[in-house]
Amino acid sequence: MTRFRVEGKGRVEHAEPVNFTFDGRTYTGLRGDTVASALLANGVHLIGRSFKYHRPRGTVTAGSEEPNALISTSRGKGRYEPNTRATVQELREGLVAESQNRWPSLNFDIGAVNDKAYMLFSAGFYYKTFMWPKSFWNKVYEPIIRAAAGLGVSPGEEDPDRYSSRYLHTDILVIGAGPAGIAAAKSAAQSGARVTLVDENREIGGALLSDPRVKIDDIGAWDWLSAQLVELEELGVRLMMHTTAIGYYHQNMVGLCEKLTDHLDELPEGAPRERLWRVRAGQVVLAQGALEKPLVFDGNDRPGVMLAGSAQTYLNRYGVRVGDEAVVVTSHDSAWYGAFDLADAGTEITAIVDTRDTPRADLAREAERRGIRLFAGHTVTGTAGRLRVKSVRVNPVRDGRVGAAVTVRCDCLLMCGGWTPSLHLFSHTKGSLKWDESQNAYLPDHRSEACHIAGAGRGLWSFEAALNDGDVAGRAAAEAAGFEISDHARFAVAQDRPGTGVTHKELPTDRDAGKARAFIDFQNDVTAKDIRLAVREGMRSIEHVKRYTTNGMATDQGKMSNINGLMIAADALGEAPPRVGLTTFRPPYTPTTFGAFAGYHRGATFELTRRTTIDSWAEEHGAVFEPVAQWRRAWYFPKVGESMDAAVLRECTATRNSVGIFDASTLGKIEVAGPDAAEFMNRMYTNPWTKLAPGRTRYGLLLGEDGFIRDDGVIGRITDDLFHVTTTTGGAARVLNMMEDYLQTEWPDLTVWLTSMTEHWAVVALNGPNARKVLEPLVEGLDISHDAFPHMSVADCKVSGLPARLFRLSFTGELGFEINVPARHGPTLWKALMEAGAAHDICPYGTEAMHVLRAEKGYIIVGQDTDGTVTPEDAGLNWAIGKKKPDFVGKRSLARPDLVMPGRKQLVGLITENGAKLEEGAQIVLDPNQPKPMKMVGHVTSSYRSAALGHPIAMALIEGGRDLMGDIVHVPLPGVTHRARITDTNFYDPEGARLQV
Amino acid sequence: MLLIHCPYCEETLPEAEFAYAGEAHIDRPADPSALSDEEWRDYLFIRSNVKGPHFERWRHVHGCARFFNAVRDTVSDKFMTTYKAGDPRPDLTAEEAAQ
Ligand SMILES: [Zn+2]
Repeated sequence: MTRFRVEGKGRVEHAEPVNFTFDGRTYTGLRGDTVASALLANGVHLIGRSFKYHRPRGTVTAGSEEPNALISTSRGKGRYEPNTRATVQELREGLVAESQNRWPSLNFDIGAVNDKAYMLFSAGFYYKTFMWPKSFWNKVYEPIIRAAAGLGVSPGEEDPDRYSSRYLHTDILVIGAGPAGIAAAKSAAQSGARVTLVDENREIGGALLSDPRVKIDDIGAWDWLSAQLVELEELGVRLMMHTTAIGYYHQNMVGLCEKLTDHLDELPEGAPRERLWRVRAGQVVLAQGALEKPLVFDGNDRPGVMLAGSAQTYLNRYGVRVGDEAVVVTSHDSAWYGAFDLADAGTEITAIVDTRDTPRADLAREAERRGIRLFAGHTVTGTAGRLRVKSVRVNPVRDGRVGAAVTVRCDCLLMCGGWTPSLHLFSHTKGSLKWDESQNAYLPDHRSEACHIAGAGRGLWSFEAALNDGDVAGRAAAEAAGFEISDHARFAVAQDRPGTGVTHKELPTDRDAGKARAFIDFQNDVTAKDIRLAVREGMRSIEHVKRYTTNGMATDQGKMSNINGLMIAADALGEAPPRVGLTTFRPPYTPTTFGAFAGYHRGATFELTRRTTIDSWAEEHGAVFEPVAQWRRAWYFPKVGESMDAAVLRECTATRNSVGIFDASTLGKIEVAGPDAAEFMNRMYTNPWTKLAPGRTRYGLLLGEDGFIRDDGVIGRITDDLFHVTTTTGGAARVLNMMEDYLQTEWPDLTVWLTSMTEHWAVVALNGPNARKVLEPLVEGLDISHDAFPHMSVADCKVSGLPARLFRLSFTGELGFEINVPARHGPTLWKALMEAGAAHDICPYGTEAMHVLRAEKGYIIVGQDTDGTVTPEDAGLNWAIGKKKPDFVGKRSLARPDLVMPGRKQLVGLITENGAKLEEGAQIVLDPNQPKPMKMVGHVTSSYRSAALGHPIAMALIEGGRDLMGDIVHVPLPGVTHRARITDTNFYDPEGARLQV
Repeated sequence: MLLIHCPYCEETLPEAEFAYAGEAHIDRPADPSALSDEEWRDYLFIRSNVKGPHFERWRHVHGCARFFNAVRDTVSDKFMTTYKAGDPRPDLTAEEAAQ
């Protein structure tokens, strides 16, 4: 039995020890413990070092709002998590926990020098201390701050766990399974509604778990809870424990994160670690309770100083006394009850310090009965102790004056500054809050979603009030969801312990307030002094104060610090708190793993992968793949031991010398059909289409209305009223969307149908001087001789017995055909062509060779040689514009002043003098000796080695490039500046003779 | 995630089925060449960017594929109504009263 465990007390299994390690030392806790409760049972308060000042810190809460007790946890390779809240992490056998942000050890930490230099780190220190000289920022200050300040260390290995995600539809979602939530779920379910009840804890009960003496309808609190579990099940309520509502989104969509394995000793085979639920609820009941506030005084962050309500929770729920000698300091009645429970369990309550002059008489009597010394109308002004509090200074306050201190010995200091309704999720919905002067708290006001708030969230502090309020909220939700409701169940609670209190700014002190280390935000190390400094320096809005001081910006989002920060800022500004305002809470409510958000979207299922029907052939033949949009495409086909460069040069050479075969199935394909198809094409594309005869094709250029190139592709006219449009692989969906947009909304007068055919056709490209020799024997019903089927023709026929649409076109500069067959026939066609081509050493080539071959011809790739700011004129494609057409998409913009301005970047070729291959994206300058920063006149868009030319080639966008033909430009790269000559982009066979064979 | 009513499908469906398509009721000029540079600039780039009810286009892209119009309050991010492309701007008094 550990030193601070109370035999038989709490909801832990006293007969079931659980072993774990903390910083290498083995400890024993009990089943049902959290890491924090188990460490406290062993007398361990010191658990970490603070973010900025490296001050020793201990557990301060017993819940998910914990700012201090952050640990790293691990369970084998890859299963490491930093910044786990020890107050939430349930104990499991063999759990390995480590403290964070300390070096070399938790007890002795070098970084604690920051604490001595705290004046440097005051509010706005990021903006002020390190302003000069500017160049020091990246090299000196930033690394030092990063090294010195921080929380846990990021995981270094891939996470082996799975994370899942699901949707859920429910009539009523109740968030929080405390008394209000339980009552709401029950009364809602009694109406017949489908009800879901979620809670981040391992069991229902909320605050009742910390107060077993309460009797509900004459039944002890914990027996009552057991009965509720049965009733909830009988009512068909879906109960989800270990489940945190992390965000409340539009139209009652609530995100839930369910933790499935972190609490288990053994990982079930294949079980996901967490599950993200997207819940669409008809009505939502928020029953999230309230969070206790700390008091703000010098040394309120010393290990051993914690919230009084949390000490009560550790005692009653976990059977752990947080110390032997406790002092309680409070401004609220609730802390007195915790003190009495601890006293009854054997902890000596040395003193209760109440900031109020006249505590409630019944409480004072109870204290007196237990022999507890009472300091009413007192303040605390400091604590002492290096790694654990050992005493506290207590001073009387009379008429605002602080009298002489007495020092009271203690090993823990339990504080309570009142309670804050937990309205984070309500705040996510932009529901408005209203300041309640009597409670010194924000309470829910105007709702923007179909939600109901019950219990402590509405400022109701007794169990009886919470239960009855929950019942009302559940029935209201059921009624709003269209269900018939029953009568109000009235709960009667005995031994209830309601209370009231006051809210303070920082407590008054007899010492220099400017030197007080009185913390508001424990996680970000923000003190009361910082808030006042921010106001002095001109911050007026609470949003500015927040950002200047970082108050409330840590991972706990200021759950404990928000109202204290507001009270102090309001005081400093001389304004009432509601006039200063409240910062906005954002999802997620508590830190959530990236895994939960990513869900199934990782590894092979990160994004869907589209494969052509020929993909498996490529895979069997050793293709290396590259992603292109969502497709995976064969990049090149290396032979055993062959490098990429060698493979690509070989594929290019084979295609230019004999014949190459290429899977072009990913090309976007859209059928434009209907009596007005030609008119539609005239309006969409720059080119004229009226006179294009059926059976002929044309290069089509598509602009945005702004005049910049959006897409291109060869377009064939199949019949008078049917066009076969091809688009870039990545642009297919965009182009169809754009066409639909104009057709549906601008030109509804046109009778045209648009159909995506991308996945209906498999497309094989045959290119090279021997392409016809390979294809001709397989074609039926079509003469494909040069005269009968010239360049830029299209016809339907049969190829290898398959129904086919055959294009004669070329993206390589060689004699070329593109054979479209129904997608399912793709592999058959491919194999037939491979077989027929064997006599000509047919060579499969991938996208890289395709890029090289087209670049040798100066054919652009939209999105590589253009970037959304390139006009047809810039790209040298003015020939593709139908000059006589009155209008087409983008035409008017081509006359805009900026688009006709001289000096625009133009697409040109580049050849280096030293034969080096340039980097794509490299910047280009005219004078390499000019001072830095140099004037950059353009950049390299495409660059390849060229087998056909015997030297590398590049394309580049260069200001006024076409006027600089033959000039030398310079391409500075790390370590070397290349000289390159501006050339035409058509490097190979500029007359196009190879196409006409 | 918003729920959006498609006026063609007559169904209220998750936002994931829809794509936003910019401000509504901006007609492409019948004869762009007749416009001055300034007028064409305004057509291309100048948008109302309102705080409050915003007339905007959506497409039920993973459904019926139709473009339609909507009025969404940019402050609350709530849809006030949706209607078919080509229909006139709805009178918002009823919707505003409801809000
Ligand atoms: Zn629809």
